[in-house]
Amino acid sequence: MKAYLTRRYLFSASHRLHSERMSAEENRATYGKCNNPHGHGHNYTMEITVSGPVDQRTGMVCNLVDLDGFVERELLARYDRENLNVLQEFVAKVPTTENLCIELFEKVQRGFPHAHLERVRLEETMLNSFEYRGGNEDRRIL
Amino acid sequence: MVYLTRKAEFSASHYYHNPEFTPEENRRVFGKCNNPNGHGHNYTLEVTVKGDVDARSGFVVDLKQLKEIMNREVLDAMDHRFLNKEVPEFSTHIPTTENLAIAIWQRLRTKLEKAHLHRVRVYETPDLFVDFYGEQ
Repeated sequence: MKAYLTRRYLFSASHRLHSERMSAEENRATYGKCNNPHGHGHNYTMEITVSGPVDQRTGMVCNLVDLDGFVERELLARYDRENLNVLQEFVAKVPTTENLCIELFEKVQRGFPHAHLERVRLEETMLNSFEYRGGNEDRRIL
Repeated sequence: MVYLTRKAEFSASHYYHNPEFTPEENRRVFGKCNNPNGHGHNYTLEVTVKGDVDARSGFVVDLKQLKEIMNREVLDAMDHRFLNKEVPEFSTHIPTTENLAIAIWQRLRTKLEKAHLHRVRVYETPDLFVDFYGEQ
């Protein structure tokens, strides 16, 4: 019996959207207010969906203690109360919520062995959300 | 094909315990949820059905019927109950959110007439939910 389990986590971080490949004017035109040199912040809500057969002995897809522990150690400790632009993964990539979503997905996929990762969904505000389910498509790195 | 979702809320208590585990194993695997006196949640249930829109009624499903089935099969059996002791499925299965979604699916699946059950989603808290789409 395959089931899908989704857990939501909150973290707060700041970022500035700015591409070295664009002129100052292009950056302003593309990113608008998000190009403010001093950055700005969001309360992000991250949804992680994992799937798998429900273990007969535990009744679980995976133990939430394992998932919570992994997310706390590997994701929240790194991103909560952080300026995304100073992190190594965003040296060459603009920390848009799209790119952050992909980064989070790949970290979970690489590091969490207890269930199959289906998707990561990231809410930047109540009005904007982004979702990544993996895949090998070409990614445009801005 | 159109998908229609109806929500319902119910409150119930449960605890996690596998009689095949040692007490130490039960505590390690299930943590706080192993407290034998139980604890409770306000669950939110979302039932999604799918089907073609009936040309005469404009409905995918008669919502009144869907509501009655959900009330009879799920809420009457589970609302304000201790799941481990009062819902037969959980005398043999641990009432995790995963097993709750599967049990609700099995209760509803055969009761729907025209519309097909597509998904059962059970929120245990606003930050934790399980989706079940039947045996895949």
